[in-house]
Amino acid sequence: MAEKIIEVNDDNFEEEVMRSDKPVMVDFWAPWCGPCKAIAPTVVELEKSFGEKVKFVKVNVDENPITPSKFGIQAIPTLIFFKAGEVSDQITGMVSKEKIEESVKGLI
Amino acid sequence: MQADYDLVIVGAGPAGLTSAIYAARARMKVLLIEKTAPGGQVIITDWIENYPGFPDGISGFDLGEKMKTQAENLGIEIESAQVSSLELSGDQKRIALQDRTISAWSVIVASGASPKRLNIGEEKFIGKGVSFCATCDAPFFRDKTVVAVGGGDTAIKEAVFLTRFADKVYVVHRRDELRAEKIIQERAFANDKIEFVWDSVVTGVEGFFGIERVSIENVKTGEKKALEAAGCFIWIGVIPNTDFLENSGVELDESGFIVADSDMKTSVPGVFAAGDVRTTPLRQVATAVGDGAVAAVAAEHYTESINK
Repeated sequence: MAEKIIEVNDDNFEEEVMRSDKPVMVDFWAPWCGPCKAIAPTVVELEKSFGEKVKFVKVNVDENPITPSKFGIQAIPTLIFFKAGEVSDQITGMVSKEKIEESVKGLI
Repeated sequence: MQADYDLVIVGAGPAGLTSAIYAARARMKVLLIEKTAPGGQVIITDWIENYPGFPDGISGFDLGEKMKTQAENLGIEIESAQVSSLELSGDQKRIALQDRTISAWSVIVASGASPKRLNIGEEKFIGKGVSFCATCDAPFFRDKTVVAVGGGDTAIKEAVFLTRFADKVYVVHRRDELRAEKIIQERAFANDKIEFVWDSVVTGVEGFFGIERVSIENVKTGEKKALEAAGCFIWIGVIPNTDFLENSGVELDESGFIVADSDMKTSVPGVFAAGDVRTTPLRQVATAVGDGAVAAVAAEHYTESINK
């Protein structure tokens, strides 16, 4: 099965996230970040459970410096939860699946 | 009555994964529980150079992945869950998770340790300049000045890593000499981006959106000053992850680490400890895997003895 986590970049962040009909969880990551790679399977699992109601996207902060600086991100992994274009929740660092799931449920 | 598992291992860092590998090969029925992600602290380590078998070193993430794959190839199930408490009084140990309680004849606690905080109000700057993970956050401090706090292996190794991005790294250490491995010290002393601030402790971090200044105090002279810096990386040691052991009867030392003997036996029969979570003179991948192997064999012998 193809991974349903959409790669979003500086150019289409506005359209894909800020103007999304569905609430969105954005995973800010980079290839050099071990913990980011470590939480990636959790994000895929959550997409399987909640993908119908929540849109899951990721932003590579190496290739897209504008979006992370707009949100003041100085640490990854950072997960930001958007509801109707507004930040409703944010998680920085490696946390348990339960904690992320709680924030995803908060979007619904 | 049968227990759900022969052995439940709490924590899938190098210690827990090694225990799982040994226990699986002993044909024990094992469940490995991990709160965040398999690999433990290893995956926040950029590069590991003192674990034998990798002459050029290996990235912490890759080493963790290899250990995880090795366990999974043996059929080990890794469950993403958090242990809330342990009930250890009977022959069958009861392990409470969020959604259910499971039983096992033996338990290995390999829950590791977490970076110690300074507790000087840095909490509100976590993710905004305060960090415990250079491999996660160093690239956000490209061409900036940062402070690294500590004098041990992690602090000095990661301070050197920071110089790949940062313009300048102040290493603030409360003593006038380092504890880090000599080979790591040599690299740090030879690096002209690193400036050592000896006999000093961090007393505060200040800034508006992110960090702008780190306040320090010389512990010998009492002199106070502020370093202009955008980041503050803290590596002043670890605290054990033993919250769920409260009221379990497992003996802890005064810092909260688990007291275990050379067979990794704790004060409670059938409960073993391995890796960074136990009282030990050295916390390394190499020592964690040794502990993990010993604990698994001890748990196997114990489980056999009570099921005779």
